[in-house]
Amino acid sequence: MSKHTLSVLVENKPGVLTRVAALFSRRGFNIDSLAVGPTEIPEISRMTVVVEVEGSALEQVTKQLNKLIEVLKVVELDKHASVQRELLLVKVRADAVTRSQVIDTIALFKAKVVDVSTDALTIEATGDSEKLHALLDVLAPFGVRELVQSGMVAVGRGSRSITDRSLRSA
Amino acid sequence: MTDTTKQAPSPADVASRPRPRTASSAANVATDGPAEVAVAVEVTGAQALVLALEAVGAENIFGIPGGAILPAYDPLLDSTKLRHILVRHEQGAGHAAEGYASATGKVGVCLATSGPGATNLVTPIANAYMDSVPMVAITGQVASASIGTDAFQEADIRGITMPITKHNYLVTDAGKIAQAIAEAFHVASTGRPGPVLVDISKDALQAKTTFSWPPVFDLPGYRPVTRPHGKQIREAARLMATSSRPVLYVGGGVVRGHASDALRRLVELTQIPVVTTLMARGTVPDSNPLNLGMPGMHGTVAAVTGLQKSDLIIALGARFDDRVTGQLSSFAPDAKVIHADIDPAEISKNRAAQVPIVGDVGEVIVDLIEQITADRAAAPADSGEWDFAEWRERVAGWKQTFPLGYTTSDDGTLSPQYVIERIGALSGPEATYVAGVGQHQMWAAQFVRYERPNSWINSGGLGTMGFSVPAAMGAKVAEPERTVWAIDGDGCFQMTNQELATCVINHIPIKVAIINNSSLGMVRQWQTLFYGERYSNTDLQPTASRVPDFVKLADAYGCVGLRAETVEEVDAVIKTALEINDRPVVIDFIVHRDAMVWPMVPSGVSNDMILAARHEAPVWEREE
Repeated sequence: MSKHTLSVLVENKPGVLTRVAALFSRRGFNIDSLAVGPTEIPEISRMTVVVEVEGSALEQVTKQLNKLIEVLKVVELDKHASVQRELLLVKVRADAVTRSQVIDTIALFKAKVVDVSTDALTIEATGDSEKLHALLDVLAPFGVRELVQSGMVAVGRGSRSITDRSLRSA
Repeated sequence: MTDTTKQAPSPADVASRPRPRTASSAANVATDGPAEVAVAVEVTGAQALVLALEAVGAENIFGIPGGAILPAYDPLLDSTKLRHILVRHEQGAGHAAEGYASATGKVGVCLATSGPGATNLVTPIANAYMDSVPMVAITGQVASASIGTDAFQEADIRGITMPITKHNYLVTDAGKIAQAIAEAFHVASTGRPGPVLVDISKDALQAKTTFSWPPVFDLPGYRPVTRPHGKQIREAARLMATSSRPVLYVGGGVVRGHASDALRRLVELTQIPVVTTLMARGTVPDSNPLNLGMPGMHGTVAAVTGLQKSDLIIALGARFDDRVTGQLSSFAPDAKVIHADIDPAEISKNRAAQVPIVGDVGEVIVDLIEQITADRAAAPADSGEWDFAEWRERVAGWKQTFPLGYTTSDDGTLSPQYVIERIGALSGPEATYVAGVGQHQMWAAQFVRYERPNSWINSGGLGTMGFSVPAAMGAKVAEPERTVWAIDGDGCFQMTNQELATCVINHIPIKVAIINNSSLGMVRQWQTLFYGERYSNTDLQPTASRVPDFVKLADAYGCVGLRAETVEEVDAVIKTALEINDRPVVIDFIVHRDAMVWPMVPSGVSNDMILAARHEAPVWEREE
């Protein structure tokens, strides 16, 4: 089993997210992460789905997704040929003594502090899964009070656009 | 409407317009169905629904009114083009729409109210999804302001049916009703056919709008591929030429794709043995010596063994269902696979295909015929290609050695197989046979001789008990001039027999043969074979008293009720039934309950383990 990142272009209509998410569960595929948002075209939304499947199952899930009427296009993004990012907000224990240590640590990850109180810092970080894991590992000793993470979003490297192509071929 | 795949506007045409599209673009509109262009008439949403149904060419609708759908029933009363048949249960409406669609290829239509009306359609919708039946289900929904409030008779039928429809709609704007109906018919009938649900809120039905036809399609993501790829066709023909033990594995797609004539030409041309699945019985006549019959769990020894020992399977509109393949890992171990289907997701889903062909099965077959004809003309006579004489002889040997058969009972009670055989023999190939699910279904698939597609209608994928009576009703409405038999079990019959009232009142004279073994026969067979004859809850008549008495029941409904209990009575009651055409006939055939369906491949084992009869495994020729 390996992780695959699928970019799914869908019509921006009510119920589409349910259709896509339900398809994964009813066909027995596990979603690792899912993120939905608008694209540069108002009628089109883009879902980034990370799914853990084998090769033949990936083909099946792609074909099943394409069968959904409101799905316009499904593209697998190769890890090395795309930029993949998650957003992390984490609330870490930090008093007057440890605050500067935390700030020093997160600077190594180009993360930033977005909220501060007497006994905690809220930190915002973006990156791929490995980087965010590494960050959390070093923050753990300070005490993580609350953690929220987005699904992964990804875009192919280079000048080509999958929304462009989808409109031309659709 | 014949093959809508070819008539309908290519969805690619519809979809390929760059945004924003204009409503005036001629290529951008729905043109299937009689194009009755009414330009911008002031109507209610309900009237728009009725006008749209008329415009797409719907003629018969099966349904039951109720609160949320009530506005639609008012203009329906005035329609001269739409016949509404009031059923007794929404499940009956759904199966009737399926029977109607299966008999003709036209889109079946059913109509129900919100909540329980809609949820009662769930079984037929799931059935239509599994068997790729073109069907449009229209349901009323509570007023849009009440949606989500747990209002009276509210159910999220769009959410409920998402996994069992090809597509579905919730319409809350009167102005969108006509478009939704047009799109629903288009989606249901093109590509791989299937059910589409249109849920319409009550306020949308009541609101004022303007109706214009044809509406603009908005289906940018729907573009089924119908043209097969030439390279794949050439590759398929090459594989066929050099194979030595090929088998055509024909599925229900050939029925839905109206490709039976083309298929017969392909069989004639190539002289390759054929197996016709449960969904494809009749696509190639049973009288054709190359037809080995039905493959699968209760298939013929010749069909099952033909596939097992083949070196090339040419799958046409079939999906390698578990009931056909048995244990997948040991299915046809030496065979390469050419797999043609209009649904790309079926190809290599269960069995990897060496030559995948996505396309309309009719077009695939026609292209194959052209390619093969050209290839053979070009090949030297002594190439040794296209020579399957030895293989044909082998499969013919299996067919002869292991014909379908049955043993009669010891006590002189009726054999169910005999009854079904006689119904088929006396009614002939022009009749339509509709079965429920279970032993009687398998016997009807085995012992009726099918010569034409659409003459055999049953619930294959979902295995819906109770399918037969309402589906036969729909088939009879579609083709009133044909004799339509519902071959049913006593278990199945009691699930949906209330539609006999619908048949009597609406003059739909179907014939029902109840193969009455007073038990849930197929389950009982499994209990006999695999559960040590412990008959847990399969006996429908434990006291041996006729509860209910089906003849009296038939009589109560205004049908003719007949009964046969001995071999001598069988032909007489069938002939009587065939002579009655002014009302439905119900025949109670009392058959012996220990009859079993053979051959059988036990669940979960290799198809090599087929038993021709109990304790009777075929002995294969020495050469292997």
